Amino acid sequence: MGKYLQRHLQTALFSLGKLYRRPVATVLTATVIGITLALPAGLHLMMQNVNSVGYSWEGTLKASLFLNKSVDEAAGQALARRLQSEDGVANAQYISRAQALEEFKALSGFGQALDLLNDNPLPAVIVVQPRTTQTPEQIDSMMRKLSAIPEVEQAKLDQQWLDRLFAILSIVQRGVLIIALLLAVAVVLTVGNTIRLDIENRRDEIVIMKLVGASDAFVRRPFLYTGFWYGLLGAFVAFVFVTAAVILLAGPAAKLSGLYQSSFVLQGLGFSQTLLLFAVGVGLGWFGAFWTVARHLGSVVPR
Amino acid sequence: MSDIIHFHRVSKRYPGGNDALSEVSFTLGSGEMAFLTGHSGAGKSTLLKLTALIERPTRGQVVINGQNTAKVKRWGVPKFRRQIGMIFQNFSLLYDRTVFDNVALPLVIRGEDDKTIARRVRAALDTVGLLKKEKQHPIVLSGGEQQRVGIARAIVTKPPLILADEPTGNLDPALSAEIMDLFQRFNDVGVSLLIATHDIPLIERMPHRVINLAGGRLADPADLPKAEPA
Repeated sequence: MGKYLQRHLQTALFSLGKLYRRPVATVLTATVIGITLALPAGLHLMMQNVNSVGYSWEGTLKASLFLNKSVDEAAGQALARRLQSEDGVANAQYISRAQALEEFKALSGFGQALDLLNDNPLPAVIVVQPRTTQTPEQIDSMMRKLSAIPEVEQAKLDQQWLDRLFAILSIVQRGVLIIALLLAVAVVLTVGNTIRLDIENRRDEIVIMKLVGASDAFVRRPFLYTGFWYGLLGAFVAFVFVTAAVILLAGPAAKLSGLYQSSFVLQGLGFSQTLLLFAVGVGLGWFGAFWTVARHLGSVVPR
Repeated sequence: MSDIIHFHRVSKRYPGGNDALSEVSFTLGSGEMAFLTGHSGAGKSTLLKLTALIERPTRGQVVINGQNTAKVKRWGVPKFRRQIGMIFQNFSLLYDRTVFDNVALPLVIRGEDDKTIARRVRAALDTVGLLKKEKQHPIVLSGGEQQRVGIARAIVTKPPLILADEPTGNLDPALSAEIMDLFQRFNDVGVSLLIATHDIPLIERMPHRVINLAGGRLADPADLPKAEPA
């Protein structure tokens, strides 16, 4: 087993050495693969950032529960405390009828006019802030639960704009997925074509190896490692491109979010996403090589 | 003595109707050394290719080292070939690797460990007198030296059978004689050799059987094209 691993390591280094001896061609191919990988990775990152903007706006999202007039202050406050401990509720604040009137007077400018009323027309309100970690569906079902509470006359959530945002995002997300699939095919073809040329150039060498008894697996192995290295180098290039783009955009993004008094910070590639990028790069490189070798190596036989 | 090569009424027709071999039957005993002669196109190369399973016979039976080649499946060919050392007219070396790595190739393919490889490669290079050139690339060697690298690669696995296709075709007479002496030394230790050549003066001085092919059939060795008087 140790011998087997050692052989693989030697083959891997041999393939890397071959690439190293043709630096220009290698860098060009890796860059093409890198750009191809950087596009979907960058788009995905952009989506994620827009999503997190959406969620951070969700923090300002409030549901107003208008209580029945029969609910007195003590009961209302008790309900607010109960809601506070509910799942999915970040904060629930009781606003008594008197407080509501004060607020309304202060904000509406009808202050004097309202004094003419004998009776306070406003209901008591519990302002509920949903937790920001929830999906729109979860918020929806929470709202249904809240409006079903007997003390609540009406529950209102201004969520239309949020629904629209998420609907648009889901379309864009699917678009990004389609682009990513197309570009994955492009990576496979790029690696495949490079390996095909490599097989052509090393035709004599392959024939000689087969003549001295090399199995198909043995002949295939260096090419698979070449694909592996192309994928790895391409992923590295993509990582550099995406990270550079994030650094370039971070300043303007911070300025913009400052204008909105938002705490939004442009996110770069996280650890697991970087890992995924490299795994996808290596996987596509290897697959491109495997596919090409399977198609072309059989035709290279001693004559 | 058992046979290492056994051809029984073997015919080979290439696509296009070209009969390269017709009804050829012959044997090479284990430990025997023989020459295969004939004009270009007489079928020498085809016979060697059938022996090494580079081609399959159209009719007839080829048995190598007790193994019926018809029963060797496509995926079994690499393993089959490992019992044969092959030497070529154009040397067939890998020019981007050192002499050592060229000779090591059959052992690497077999998955030997580095220590065994180093020991056996050096032994093979010592046999052909190239021990001091192991770190060089074949391209800087003379033709005779390159062919000796090819021979070292063929013998490094100690195969029971060596096939050589015009091994001296690109070499001058003095170098050719050296190569033949080398083959004789392998035969002295029990290796079977089948050497295709049309260098008649070279083989006439050696006491080995000559298998003569003409037009794809076995011909009387007495019909050998006579060497031109020098």
